[in-house]
Amino acid sequence: MKRPYLLLRHRDIPDLNDLTVYRQNGGFEAFRKAVTSLQPQEVVEIVKASGLRGRGGAGFPTGLKWSFIDNKNWPHYVVANADESEPGTFKDREIMEGNPFQFLEGLMIASYAVQANVAYVYLRGEFWQLAHQLDRRIQQLHNAGLLGDRLFGTDYSLRIFTHLGAGAYICGEETALLESLEGKLGQPRLRPPFPPAVGLFGKPTIVNNVETLANVPLIIERGADWYRSFGTEKSPGVKIFCLSGRVNRPGNYELPLGTTFRELIFEHGKGILGGKQIKAIMAAGASSALIVADERALDTPMDYESVPALGAQLGSASIIVIDETVSMDWLIRKTIHFFQHESCGKCTPCREGTYWMKHIIDRIHRGQANQNDVELLYDVASQIRGKCLCALGEFSTEAVLSALERFPQDFAARVAQQEPAL
Amino acid sequence: MTKMITLTIDGIQVTVPEGTNIVDAAKKAGIDVPVFCYHPKMHPVGMCRMCLVEVGRPVVDRATGEFVRNEDGSIKIQFNPKLETGCTTPVSEGMVVINTSEKVKRGRKDILEFLLTSHPLDCPICDKGGECPLQNLTMAHGPGSSRFLFDEKKHLLKHTPLGELIYLDQERCIQCGRCVRFQEELVDDPVIGFSQRGRSLQIVTFSEPGFDSIFSGNTTDICPVGALTTADFRFGARPWELNAAASICQQCPVGCNLTLNVRREAVASGKVVIKRVMPRQNEWVNEIWICDKGRFGYHYTESPERLTQPLVRKEGELQPVSWEEALELVAERFRQAGENLLSVAGGRLSNEDFFNLRKLTEGLGGKTALYTHMGGGDLVALAGMSKDSNLAELGKGDAIFVIASDLHQEAPIWWLRVKQAAERGATLIVALPRPNRLDKFAQHVLRYRYGEESGLVLAMLNVLSAKRPELPESINALWRDAEVQAAAKAFAEAKNAVIFFGSEGVGLQASQALAQACANLLLLTNHVGRPHNGLIAVWQRPNDQGAWELGWRPSPELREAMGKASALYLVACDPAADDPGLPLTPDFLVVQDLFLTATAKLAHVVLPALPFTEREGSLVSGERRVQRYYPAIPARPGARADFAIIGQIGKQLGMDLEDRIASKVMLRIAAEVPAFAGITYTTLAHAPEQWPIIGRADLYYGGTTYENQQGIGVQLPNGVERGEQLTLSWPALVTLAHHGEGYLAVPVTKLYDGGSTLMASHLLDQRRVGSVIWMHPAEASQNAVQDGEFVHLQIGEASAIATVQLDEQVPQGVILAPRSTGIPLHEPRLVQIKVVERS
Amino acid sequence: MNHLREKYASEIEATLAKYPPDHKRAAAMPLLYLAQREYGYVTKQALIEISEILDVPPTEIGQLVGFYTLYYDEPGGKYRIQVCTDLPCALRGAEEFLEQLCENLGIQVGETTPDGLITVEKVMCLAGCDRAPLFQVQTAEGITYHENQSVESAMKLVRTWQSNP
Ligand SMILES: Cc1cc2nc3c(=O)[nH]c(=O)nc-3n(C[C@H](O)[C@H](O)[C@H](O)COP(=O)(O)O)c2cc1C
Ligand code: SF4
Ligand code: FES
Repeated sequence: MKRPYLLLRHRDIPDLNDLTVYRQNGGFEAFRKAVTSLQPQEVVEIVKASGLRGRGGAGFPTGLKWSFIDNKNWPHYVVANADESEPGTFKDREIMEGNPFQFLEGLMIASYAVQANVAYVYLRGEFWQLAHQLDRRIQQLHNAGLLGDRLFGTDYSLRIFTHLGAGAYICGEETALLESLEGKLGQPRLRPPFPPAVGLFGKPTIVNNVETLANVPLIIERGADWYRSFGTEKSPGVKIFCLSGRVNRPGNYELPLGTTFRELIFEHGKGILGGKQIKAIMAAGASSALIVADERALDTPMDYESVPALGAQLGSASIIVIDETVSMDWLIRKTIHFFQHESCGKCTPCREGTYWMKHIIDRIHRGQANQNDVELLYDVASQIRGKCLCALGEFSTEAVLSALERFPQDFAARVAQQEPAL
Repeated sequence: MTKMITLTIDGIQVTVPEGTNIVDAAKKAGIDVPVFCYHPKMHPVGMCRMCLVEVGRPVVDRATGEFVRNEDGSIKIQFNPKLETGCTTPVSEGMVVINTSEKVKRGRKDILEFLLTSHPLDCPICDKGGECPLQNLTMAHGPGSSRFLFDEKKHLLKHTPLGELIYLDQERCIQCGRCVRFQEELVDDPVIGFSQRGRSLQIVTFSEPGFDSIFSGNTTDICPVGALTTADFRFGARPWELNAAASICQQCPVGCNLTLNVRREAVASGKVVIKRVMPRQNEWVNEIWICDKGRFGYHYTESPERLTQPLVRKEGELQPVSWEEALELVAERFRQAGENLLSVAGGRLSNEDFFNLRKLTEGLGGKTALYTHMGGGDLVALAGMSKDSNLAELGKGDAIFVIASDLHQEAPIWWLRVKQAAERGATLIVALPRPNRLDKFAQHVLRYRYGEESGLVLAMLNVLSAKRPELPESINALWRDAEVQAAAKAFAEAKNAVIFFGSEGVGLQASQALAQACANLLLLTNHVGRPHNGLIAVWQRPNDQGAWELGWRPSPELREAMGKASALYLVACDPAADDPGLPLTPDFLVVQDLFLTATAKLAHVVLPALPFTEREGSLVSGERRVQRYYPAIPARPGARADFAIIGQIGKQLGMDLEDRIASKVMLRIAAEVPAFAGITYTTLAHAPEQWPIIGRADLYYGGTTYENQQGIGVQLPNGVERGEQLTLSWPALVTLAHHGEGYLAVPVTKLYDGGSTLMASHLLDQRRVGSVIWMHPAEASQNAVQDGEFVHLQIGEASAIATVQLDEQVPQGVILAPRSTGIPLHEPRLVQIKVVERS
Repeated sequence: MNHLREKYASEIEATLAKYPPDHKRAAAMPLLYLAQREYGYVTKQALIEISEILDVPPTEIGQLVGFYTLYYDEPGGKYRIQVCTDLPCALRGAEEFLEQLCENLGIQVGETTPDGLITVEKVMCLAGCDRAPLFQVQTAEGITYHENQSVESAMKLVRTWQSNP
């Protein structure tokens, strides 16, 4: 029997993005329960017990993060990270389109848990239409008495506002996001202090990914134990895997954490385009190391512990499938261009390193390079590592170093075709 | 007491206050951790990643909280596998920092190599060449040769003006953000910023005029490469060709310490010329900053218009004569005048000048008068800042009260230091009838009507004490005001408290009253005679306070006194320009100045004086710090130092005055004036070590501000400390007619005015206020006056033409007029306004 | 005279109401979109108007325009076709799509058609990787997504704009 969807419930229930339909299906009962019968601390404890981990990439335990909020400094804010800009990631968008109220309800419960009276949804600027839809839905919630002052007759009040970014991947990084929300350049802040201590407008702030928040109403409604019945011991729950690249059926797949790459790619994704051979997998979008798609890898469960054993990360679970027709110099040229374009420029190694890598890879790709350039590229990428202010710079080296280490033949072949450089 | 932390850096044990970062801790131990983005005066941002170090921390047993030990008994240290940025990592107990390992060197070399991928390496033609942190650090840590292909370098705009004062070379910029952070964090003028991103990140300004900040020049000192340069110095010279002379800024009473860089030049026919003005560190005065007026305003000293010969009026014309002839004539006529000699002098003079002039005048039985529109210096001498005071020490628990002064415009560095004290937690009370740049940092903003400033202070006194002088009802209403009450209480409760009083909207008499009211408040709340407490007057000139300390006083009836004197000796003042209606017709008029001023044109004898750049002397700052300045370039032939001229006149008259060596005058001052006891040019030259360490050896750390090797000066003990009595007294309140014939016009002080110490600095032309009056739009529409119109102002017997500028921040019922812009207004007065032309 | 403030008074007020009163600057990005709606791109005048509304120096507004890719400091086509050619889309033929689209429009990437109607741009991932080729269309009014595209479907859209400019 097919497991009912938990996050992509709109696939089971038509028109779930209509408030009436959502409420007919139990919508906002979890929020009501939290506000009327649970102490904020109890909500935090339930989420902690569920083992829910952040779905934005870092996999940080959500309840634990909430418990870090500084209760000596007020007001508090909650910000939903709807920046979704990692290449290969398109899950938050589907949630916000198809099942928006579940996400909003999660945001509202999170706000109650940390006693924030204002929450923001930071959407990438491209989600312009989505933001307008959300605005209308937030208004509906006001009209329905689910947002506003003194909710359910308690002292608790909450307002939600959307805020549109304007085209900058770095604004997905939570501190850059906060800067951007304050009307500044989206450049990451120094950490510590972390947002739960000093966040938006200098106040304690919780930043959570859209998908993370969409889990919360179910956890409150059905309990931590129920939630733990999905997924693995250390990575409980379900996850939306964004499958893209050279597969027959790309798309979002909601599966328990711990599902293998093989099941995702070959059962759900229906195998490789044109029946070609799979060559590599990127598990965390463009920020991933390249996993050599051998049998061991394909049988690896996709969870926060197993993927690192392959020398990669699960990240936001944006699975990009690479087949045998793709040469790695072409591929990392794509990722390098991406990171060079998106580097915020604040710290030296990322700003200069991505720029330098771009020149080298372009040269290699244009056929004007030799093996020394390949080695130089490796050097430059290693030189960036471990020195950047935020993870973007580090991400920019993942595909490069792993491609050079794991697929040297692609580069050797590329430079061998060419005239000796210079 | 802050907790102290002990750690080890490269084997050296260091103990520093908790919260110190690794870079500073190392610096204190004499170890250099290279930095680009970090600056000891700003919060760390960890952007450039140059300061990488290896950091190990003691392993702590979770259960016991004790350090875990190795078998040999030493504390077990766990090293972070990643290098950490020293500037953003606070020290912790038992920390072990490694600054010299291969790993560290490798990390820094990597970062430098990255920085150089974009850098043009145009050191031979760069203004910063020779004092460039990037250049120095590349020598020390950099890669030998470039692995980056030259033709792939990014080519960007060079020499783009950010405004008319500061130029940007985009290619040289290393995006450290020091300039941007200085403007935002330190001086609250975020008028430059980064735009674009990634490798395209660059400094931009959208302000009008460009880079619109009175502190802009400082960014060129802290820029660690040659990306920001001043229009004044760009391509001016190479740093190593320059000689340096210590000096003191003469533009306001703060007394910022300067270094004048000079060079001999062929284009100046082999003469030594000033190439630039740089700040010199004095953490008690200006830290490492100066304002742009101080940096760019010095050009008047090198004006070709300067006087270089004594002039004597013969057959109605001023004609050049020899010094002997001039001095003989002056001495003879002064002798004849005797007690009818009146010497009037302005606050540009040094202590030595004032001392000699008073000796000379009183020796003949004549009278002296300080030329100023502001009083109260006697009270500052009694209850001013005590010895060993430093505004930098004020913070939480202390209070600062600023009244009748727009510090941002009148004394920029005081504005900065007061702002910083407020940011450290000091209670700031700002009282001015209009919004100003300190309001934002104040806990209490008090608005009063022009004319009520003393009343406001007395009202605060009434809040605190039962001694209630009879006050008019309007003032009584003030002390019932909740904000005034709160401010008064906060002031009274403060551990240390300082009052700045200025002269916005007050003239001589009213400011004397204001000073008395402020002194009362300090006395009553026990804020006198202790370090970090006292009264500060925001004078118009650099040495007004010195004059008061040396016994000079303004004359309440100067006009009459000048009318009565048979011989007038006017030094460093230009009353004819300030008050065109003044009848300056004594039997004998001697003017001593730098230029042929309006007053000099009326004189019988004109004596050419030297500017501060060409002589030595000492000044007393508003905080009562005596500071020495040194000659930077040789004296222009023909002109002489003021004290020397005065001394020579004295010699002619057989008096015992020192006329050659300034330091000897100081010895006499010290012998005669109790506050100066013990002060010599040697004590003034005492230069203790300061923090942060600034200097040529490690430019990357603090910038190119000069290290202070020539003396931080000596703060005078005030009267109360020396046992004199400060008594409460109730000044008579001056009442202003707010209504009557015409408008109540109020003089205000603007930084870039038309004063003689600024007019020759054409760089600042765009920013100078002209002859304008500011008025509230409602006021203007009521009286059918429009923005931009020319008006004729009738001020008593004098008149002027001004342009109208409408401004909602001007209180209704008054118009504001800037001082030193040709509008003869010294205190609030009713003036008549007539539109002369529709624009 | 502050044109934006006067024309959009209530909208600006609603935007400002989203943020704490002492953090008005947070409204900078929404107001830049508003300026783009009004003027087509962010003019120097718009910067000054926004800086007045928010009470911050114009530099703090102007610097945002260069950082964020969806703001423009010069005019472009009325419709900006922004094709994603990032890695996942490129694995599904986006680069060929872009090339053919440009050929059909007779312009290069980054250029605007002579009638000023269309600018074609290449952008990074748009979060629609499973529906490549795709592009978004940015106009002064906002942004719309167009997914699972072919050159034919894209050109059809272009023709509707051309016939109704
Ligand atoms: C360069 C970079 C980009 C990121 N982009 C996103 C993003 O688009 N969406 C997101 O939710 N988190 C993103 N993150 C992760 C956030 O910083 C943050 O960890 C997350 O929003 C926390 O939410 P979670 O705990 O619910 O995952 C990004 C991180 C980095 C370093
Ligand atoms: S790593 Fe890149 S994106 Fe992150 S702060 Fe540094 S320059 Fe900016
Ligand atoms: S990162 Fe420490 S000095 Fe720049």
